[in-house]
Amino acid sequence: MRTFARSVVRQPSWTIATDICVLLFGLACFYGVVLIARYWSGGAIPVSEINRSPRALPMYAFYSLARVLIAYFLSLVFALGYGWWAAHYRRLEAPMLAILDVLQSIPVLSFLPAVMLALVALIPTKQLGLELGAIVLIFTGQVWNMAFSFYSSLRSIPRELHEATEIYGLSKLQRFFTLELPYGAIGLVWNSMVSVASAWFVLMVCEMFVLGKRDFRLPGLGSYLQTASSAGDTVSILWGLTAMVGVIVLLDQLLWRPVIAWSDKFKFEQVESASVPRSPILEALRRSQTMKLLDRKFVSPISEGLTLRLARRHGLPQRASSGNRVLNYVMVGVAALGIATVTLYASAHAFSLLQQVDRSSFVLTLKSALATFVRVNVSLLLASAWTIPAGVAIGFKPKLARIAQPLAQIAASVPATALFPVLLLLIVRLGGGLGVGSIVLMLLGTQWYILFNVIAGTMAIPSDLREVASVFGLPSTERWKTVILPAIFPYLITGLVTASGGAWNASILAEYFHLRDQTLSTLGIGAEISRATDDGNFPLLLFATIVMAMMVITVNRLVWRPLYRLAETRFKLEV
Amino acid sequence: MAADEIIIQAQQVQKSYPQPHGDPILVIAPTDLSINAGEIVALLGPSGSGKSTLLRMLTGLSKPSAGRVVWHGEPLGNVQPNVAIVFQSFALFPWLSVLENVEVPLKARGVPPIPRRKRALKILDTVGLDGFEAAYPKELSGGMKQRVGFARALVIEPEVLFMDEPFSALDVLTAENLRSELLELWDKREIPTRSIFIVTHNIEEAVLLADRVIVLGRNPARIRTDFHVQLSRPRDRKDTMCSNYIDYIYTVLTQPEAAPTVPGTERQPEVRGAKTMYEMLPHVRPGGIAGFLEMLDDRGGREDLHRLAKDLSFELDDLLPLTDASVMLGFLTIENGDAQITPAGKAFAHADIDQQKQFFREAVMERLLLFRQIRRVLESKSDHAVHEEFFHDLLDEQFSEDETLKQMQTAITWGRYAEMFEYDANTHRLMLADEPIRTSPLERVQQ
Repeated sequence: MRTFARSVVRQPSWTIATDICVLLFGLACFYGVVLIARYWSGGAIPVSEINRSPRALPMYAFYSLARVLIAYFLSLVFALGYGWWAAHYRRLEAPMLAILDVLQSIPVLSFLPAVMLALVALIPTKQLGLELGAIVLIFTGQVWNMAFSFYSSLRSIPRELHEATEIYGLSKLQRFFTLELPYGAIGLVWNSMVSVASAWFVLMVCEMFVLGKRDFRLPGLGSYLQTASSAGDTVSILWGLTAMVGVIVLLDQLLWRPVIAWSDKFKFEQVESASVPRSPILEALRRSQTMKLLDRKFVSPISEGLTLRLARRHGLPQRASSGNRVLNYVMVGVAALGIATVTLYASAHAFSLLQQVDRSSFVLTLKSALATFVRVNVSLLLASAWTIPAGVAIGFKPKLARIAQPLAQIAASVPATALFPVLLLLIVRLGGGLGVGSIVLMLLGTQWYILFNVIAGTMAIPSDLREVASVFGLPSTERWKTVILPAIFPYLITGLVTASGGAWNASILAEYFHLRDQTLSTLGIGAEISRATDDGNFPLLLFATIVMAMMVITVNRLVWRPLYRLAETRFKLEV
Repeated sequence: MAADEIIIQAQQVQKSYPQPHGDPILVIAPTDLSINAGEIVALLGPSGSGKSTLLRMLTGLSKPSAGRVVWHGEPLGNVQPNVAIVFQSFALFPWLSVLENVEVPLKARGVPPIPRRKRALKILDTVGLDGFEAAYPKELSGGMKQRVGFARALVIEPEVLFMDEPFSALDVLTAENLRSELLELWDKREIPTRSIFIVTHNIEEAVLLADRVIVLGRNPARIRTDFHVQLSRPRDRKDTMCSNYIDYIYTVLTQPEAAPTVPGTERQPEVRGAKTMYEMLPHVRPGGIAGFLEMLDDRGGREDLHRLAKDLSFELDDLLPLTDASVMLGFLTIENGDAQITPAGKAFAHADIDQQKQFFREAVMERLLLFRQIRRVLESKSDHAVHEEFFHDLLDEQFSEDETLKQMQTAITWGRYAEMFEYDANTHRLMLADEPIRTSPLERVQQ
């Protein structure tokens, strides 16, 4: 009877469609890999001719996407390793975090000459060298926040969970896969989205640039947009923009949504929450027969085999024996010595490079840094000026929020870089200079972070607090002062920190721009860095980078961190 | 099974934590302790007494600062003991199903998939989780989650099952239910476990469950008493012997200096008291002390502590700080598990708020060194203000970093209540309070 009943249940016909889709997608991926492999193993073409016809766009989109995804994969691996080491080795923790802090504040462009020249020198004859250079550059733009996220997830694992893995004798790798990776998954997913978004942002820098006398141009969406904008070809810019937004939306639907829905199971909560993110694609995949077959035939046996291989032989003590420990100390000593030597050597060279910076450019760089500092803060002020009232208004009306939030998210997902050329053309046509224009450009990229956070903060104000304000009949200035601003303060700070980081990064693109065979630029550290790269002026590039990194770190330490602490202690709304 | 075969033995173990400046602080004084085959051992103690630290040293999770722990004669570190822990917070992996959670320890031991699944299913059946294999922990109630915790611990057939306050996150009925099921498994020998070691702060639980009870004192932790409960199971909490044991434990816990006789024996266990410079402030609010004393007085001024705790459904951790503080301030005395309010306590309980503050201030100044010091420092400074950290440094000598902060927090709460000094949370400074301090309530009424 039972078997009969089961066979009667009709297989919905569209699961077959899903299976066909999965198979086709697999084939497409295979073809993509072949394509990339053939192109990369071909001879090096440092300056590709960029075709401005829209018909070339799919290919360009494909090349760019491949770069972004490979760079992302590298970032993921690096972030996992770096975070794990920093969290597990007490002595390495402080220096590793400091390094992360510094690297995070260095703009992508500053890595460019070193990375590009090194990889082209290593692999001079193949396209692979150039491509790897671009990939490593994109990597430097997306890896740091992921590493930091994974590290802090690891540090916040509850003690008893750690003890459970220890008392049951899980080996290090088993512990990583059973506890640490799942625990860090949610943070990693959100940071991955931010990282990939910033990869689209830096694409324009990474695919096409001049390094002293050498010109580099790789086929891709970034160079398409740059070529179009230097030619002042508005139609092509719009085509390129459409393609980029299309890729981003597709990526969002096909990759991030399913991943977010899937990663929900890693949420560390004791009770099931009311709203669970969903993705129709994920649900279809879960029902697909092909995926089930893959799981049964390949994934399960491989993971089983790995699990058993990873198991520690029972009965053995956890700690390394004394002989091993001595060997360990020796290894650590040798490694430390090596790192110290390399660091000393490199910093000596860097120092001699710095000495080549003449007095006038020294002063100019400091002035530019100040100019950019002012510009960043003006853009933050302007952004706050409209986003705080707007965000609070939206947050107080849940119905409005339901409509406005997704719209704002779409607006935010459009890469600001891609819009730069269009806006620049407009600003130049209106007669504005880049000095003012660059503030608008920074604003474009950063205001969303503040808006989202203000909306979230407003929605989190408990209704009794709001009611108190109205019961006492507080006048509106008082209400802002005593209820609204303190309540959204922590969210506002989070938004401002992110926006500030974004604005500094945007300065590289916003202050220096090739447009119609001329170079628009204004006084600013971003312009300074871009120009130094263009001219191949490495001493100046190094100096400007150090100045910028120091400024970003100083501002973080002196302004944002204390504010953050204040937000976490005094202005935390505890329930 | 030989009754007194020793499975795990701690030999003069101690634990101390290094301080950023100054000598390390001793949290656990040198302690000898053994876990024997065939017995359930309960470890009792006030919160913060180092029960969990001791458990972690016995399992090998934490290394003693001195002394050693041996498992069947072999020091831990050379061997991995066959033990399991049931945690207070359950410590389940939320991303794994019930079955997968239970399989984790087996995977760690490299058990192949088919026997692994079989063993996991069998143990799930034993603990009553049949049919929940595919559920995720967040879909389960607290009691069910802890059942998974038990299954995960028992699936490796541990020789000693350690439990760290396993029932304290559960409601009373669920805890009761789970406890009796565990006893049933143990008594019927349905699990191959040879000994159970349970850390708890519930006195009744310890007496009902254990063959042997160990009570820890604090600052630093040391064994106050270690005795056998000579009652057959199932035990009835209304039984006189049971309540004798409970009273005995209350007496030990509430009187750090006393050495009462173990019920049913003539034995007087060796009890060591520790004398320290600063009294350790129990973390309670003055209002709580007043409320507690008022209630005690309404009940005739004398009450059996266990009955009091039961009637108020107070856990040991709720009650002990209140009695400790009352005794410390001279408002209460404790004898044979009975609390007796003192005349000073009676006066305090029935005073109006201003008088209460006055009495509290006097008691604190008379009996507690820290408050006398705070007062003296504040009075001697020209601006009558001092940064909180000044006192951190003094307390650091005696308490861990964490405890120092807590002590200061409590001192500030008490001082504010007594209107002895004010505290500005923004500048972290203590300031001498203005005039009202010096005028007594009576004078103020006359004005």
